[in-house]
Amino acid sequence: MLDFVQQLVSGVALGCVYGLIALGFVLVYKATEVVNFAQGDLMMLGGFFAFTFIGMMGLNYWIGFAGAVAAMAAFGMLAERVVVRPILGYPQFSIIMATIGLGYFLRSVAGMIWGTDDLKIETPFSQGVLRMGSLVLAYDKLSVIAATVILCTLLWLFFNKTTLGTAMRASSENMLAAYYMGIPVKRVVSIVWAISAAVATCAGVLLAPITFIHSNVGLVLGLKAFPAAVLGGFGSIPGAVVGGVLIGVIESMAGFYLAEGWKDVAPYLVLLAVLLLKPEGLFGLHVRKKV
Amino acid sequence: MRFLFKTDYEDDIRLFPHSGYVVTYGVLLALLLIAPYVLSSYLMSQLVFVCIYATVGVALLILTGFTGQASLGHAAFLAIGAYTAAYLQKYNVPFPVYFLAAGALTGIVGALVGFPALRLTGIYLVIATISMALIVEEILARWESVTNGNEGMRIKTLSLLGVTVPRDSPTFYFLCLAVLVLTIVGTLNLLRSPTGRAFVAIRDSETAARSMGINVALYKVKSFAISAAITGFAGVLFAHKLSFISPEMFTLQLSIEFIIVILIGGTFSLHGAVLGAIFIVMIDPFLTYLKDDMPGIIAGIAATFGAGPATAGNIQSKVAAFASLNGLKGAIYGIIIVLFVLFEPLGLYGRWLKIKLFFQLFPLYKRATFKRQKIYVKSERNR
Repeated sequence: MLDFVQQLVSGVALGCVYGLIALGFVLVYKATEVVNFAQGDLMMLGGFFAFTFIGMMGLNYWIGFAGAVAAMAAFGMLAERVVVRPILGYPQFSIIMATIGLGYFLRSVAGMIWGTDDLKIETPFSQGVLRMGSLVLAYDKLSVIAATVILCTLLWLFFNKTTLGTAMRASSENMLAAYYMGIPVKRVVSIVWAISAAVATCAGVLLAPITFIHSNVGLVLGLKAFPAAVLGGFGSIPGAVVGGVLIGVIESMAGFYLAEGWKDVAPYLVLLAVLLLKPEGLFGLHVRKKV
Repeated sequence: MRFLFKTDYEDDIRLFPHSGYVVTYGVLLALLLIAPYVLSSYLMSQLVFVCIYATVGVALLILTGFTGQASLGHAAFLAIGAYTAAYLQKYNVPFPVYFLAAGALTGIVGALVGFPALRLTGIYLVIATISMALIVEEILARWESVTNGNEGMRIKTLSLLGVTVPRDSPTFYFLCLAVLVLTIVGTLNLLRSPTGRAFVAIRDSETAARSMGINVALYKVKSFAISAAITGFAGVLFAHKLSFISPEMFTLQLSIEFIIVILIGGTFSLHGAVLGAIFIVMIDPFLTYLKDDMPGIIAGIAATFGAGPATAGNIQSKVAAFASLNGLKGAIYGIIIVLFVLFEPLGLYGRWLKIKLFFQLFPLYKRATFKRQKIYVKSERNR
């Protein structure tokens, strides 16, 4: 039983990271119908920025964290401006390929700048553990869970309660109509990319104490975040996090109880099952096809 | 400019619309046939890879370019073909048998993948094919009794009708070339048949295709199966060329390379697969060239512009350090993909068509002829 709870918590913590990356997918998808295959690499880059600020320049953890988030938000806007905006409105496949290309580029450049070693960021909560009876919970894992809950709530409120959030939803439904209604679609899209890069950075910084930051971490985790986003229903903010947590738990349970090898396959089997049985996901809107 | 006068449907679907095609492709084929006696062995080896990549590119074009079903999992089909060959070879099955068996098995797997893909479009299909490929990769690593796990499998030298064909011999090149040419001719024939027209109709509008009486599900599965089977054939040749296969060769990276092949070549014509394959395979020799010769050349240029020997040497070592940076290949891949998507969406073959049209229409060429239409109105989610 104790093993089970221990696995559950580490699964949830890992799942929250998947959830945060999936959140990035969902934000961009909600606003622009674009799936950003470079989301994991934005997370990786955010982690490296934070490492530069905290580990190399010796800034305070929170200042470094905020600096990395701000820098990555600006970078997200830049990436949108250079790579995505010129091809907005073209078939989805072109945009997918462009973001795959962006991901390649970021991985290689990050490898050139920061080397290929695993890097570690010292955090205020990387040491201690919370003891509840015989249950031992590490603070770094709990911090991931807490941050995910906060971020998810904020984003949900932002999308559903603010004017800007409504504008984003409108431009995702129909860009042209949104433009006619006076929504500055281009600026909206650019802000969405900034937010999604910032969320990715949070994921990267929180992840740093758990699995180290290296240039391929984005690819590995980004691929795991797809099942999370699909399970939650592409386009639902709570869905992304719930999907992420489910995938994380399934993965860590499969790693603990099943034979070797299942751990890596389980998320994708779940993904295929979801796509077959309930393609709109747990929280997705059921949309009828119009002819 | 040549105007083709067509009087009936047979004229419209001819393989060679006019005699110019016969001459051009005849010359090309003749050049390819004498290539092994002219080119160096290194270039020949690259040419074999061009043939294999182009075969996979054609397979991917059938699925992605003509049926409109994106796939980022073709490395898995290649792997199934390669491993089938390696496994059957252990039991002394002759080459023609395991070549066909690999194609058949991969085709069946492709059809099985096609069934779940029926309900999926766009991004979901891409994600589903990626997961399929990752699962296959894991199976290859774990099913040790058949695939030998991560240690990989050795492929014996190809023996065709009692003659051994080493992997760097001209005969092996001719075999690969024959497979490529047969694939291209077969695909051209397929595309001008009712099946091919159904594929294109599904790509352009699934709803319209269905209302014209096309069984969309059946043709999608067919497209997956055909594409996978051709990739399986290519997999056998790939295995023989490398003479050693292991699961880490068939990663997502390889699937993306195949997509790059058709993206760079152009997704609307079979020419694209060949041009893209040449491009992808030649990146490696180009990078080697960059590493070896580029520093000297740039330093030479700097020297002619009046830089002293010390500065020139400094520049040379800096460029050399840059060219041998780890991951330069990945960065170049990334930049190439982004640049092609942004500026040359029709690929290399599209560029060739533009240049050709420019000279045909000489003073009257309009850039807008090839302009893509942007669609802001429809949400793909509600389609």
